[in-house]
Amino acid sequence: MENDTALIIDIVFWIIAVSTIVSAIAVVALKDVFRSALFLVVAFIGIAGMFLLLRAEFLAMVQILLYVGAIAVLILFAVVLTRDVEQGSPFNRYLIPVLVISGLILAGVIFVITNTNWNVNSTDLTSEQITAAFVETSVLGNIAELLMRKYVLAFEAVSVVLLGAVIGALALVRRR
Amino acid sequence: MDLQQFLIIGAILFFIGLFGSFTKKNTIVVLMCIELMFNAVNLTAVAMSRYLVPYSSGNGASIVDSILTGQIFSIFIITIAAAEIAIGLAIVIVLVRNYKSVFISDAKELKH
Repeated sequence: MENDTALIIDIVFWIIAVSTIVSAIAVVALKDVFRSALFLVVAFIGIAGMFLLLRAEFLAMVQILLYVGAIAVLILFAVVLTRDVEQGSPFNRYLIPVLVISGLILAGVIFVITNTNWNVNSTDLTSEQITAAFVETSVLGNIAELLMRKYVLAFEAVSVVLLGAVIGALALVRRR
Repeated sequence: MDLQQFLIIGAILFFIGLFGSFTKKNTIVVLMCIELMFNAVNLTAVAMSRYLVPYSSGNGASIVDSILTGQIFSIFIITIAAAEIAIGLAIVIVLVRNYKSVFISDAKELKH
């Protein structure tokens, strides 16, 4: 029974992984900006599924609300607003060199990831203990407490950054 | 399903975004690729803090607090990404208004 659940979770993981990466490639490869924006939405939803598999339920919901709900809609708005200068999305002349260089670096990074001893079992906690800790405490409450106590300075700084971004965006697009 | 798989997926997504932001001419597509890179970093942070728990029973922090560190990082990154996309799209709108074009290469006043 437990083996069955693990197998199903593995299958779900691979489905999400493959669809996320394929839609990320489609974002880059497609010539139509509108379609690549829609594939970006699929990639965002796939990342939200990954967060669910990593037991980050709150972050998955934030991902859906903010990325799919706000950022993707903003991008689609920009695509529609620039429709009258329809130019598609071609590659520039650095296609081949950048492909080679980033492919090489990616191969190096994957080599390092697979060959590093990640010390996953170095802590004195088993995965059952972690699961039990998650079940018996309220994760959302812990996030709120961390944001309001330990990381309160970063929280306030980021709110100032957001305010600056809003004012800056308004000042940029204002007609004078 | 272990740490390496999530890290590899994060790396692949990051380099797709990097490749796209270097090679596409359309500014909106470049912004989308930057968002992809932000997402890859978020995924890596959450996976790291899920599997490599920085916990020792001596320092008084609870297990859940240690695991949530990466998620807090991700929340801040998401906020910065929202600010970035708002500014970026405003710049795109101004670019289209002034140059009648969405291509990065057309805004070349600062080029020597």
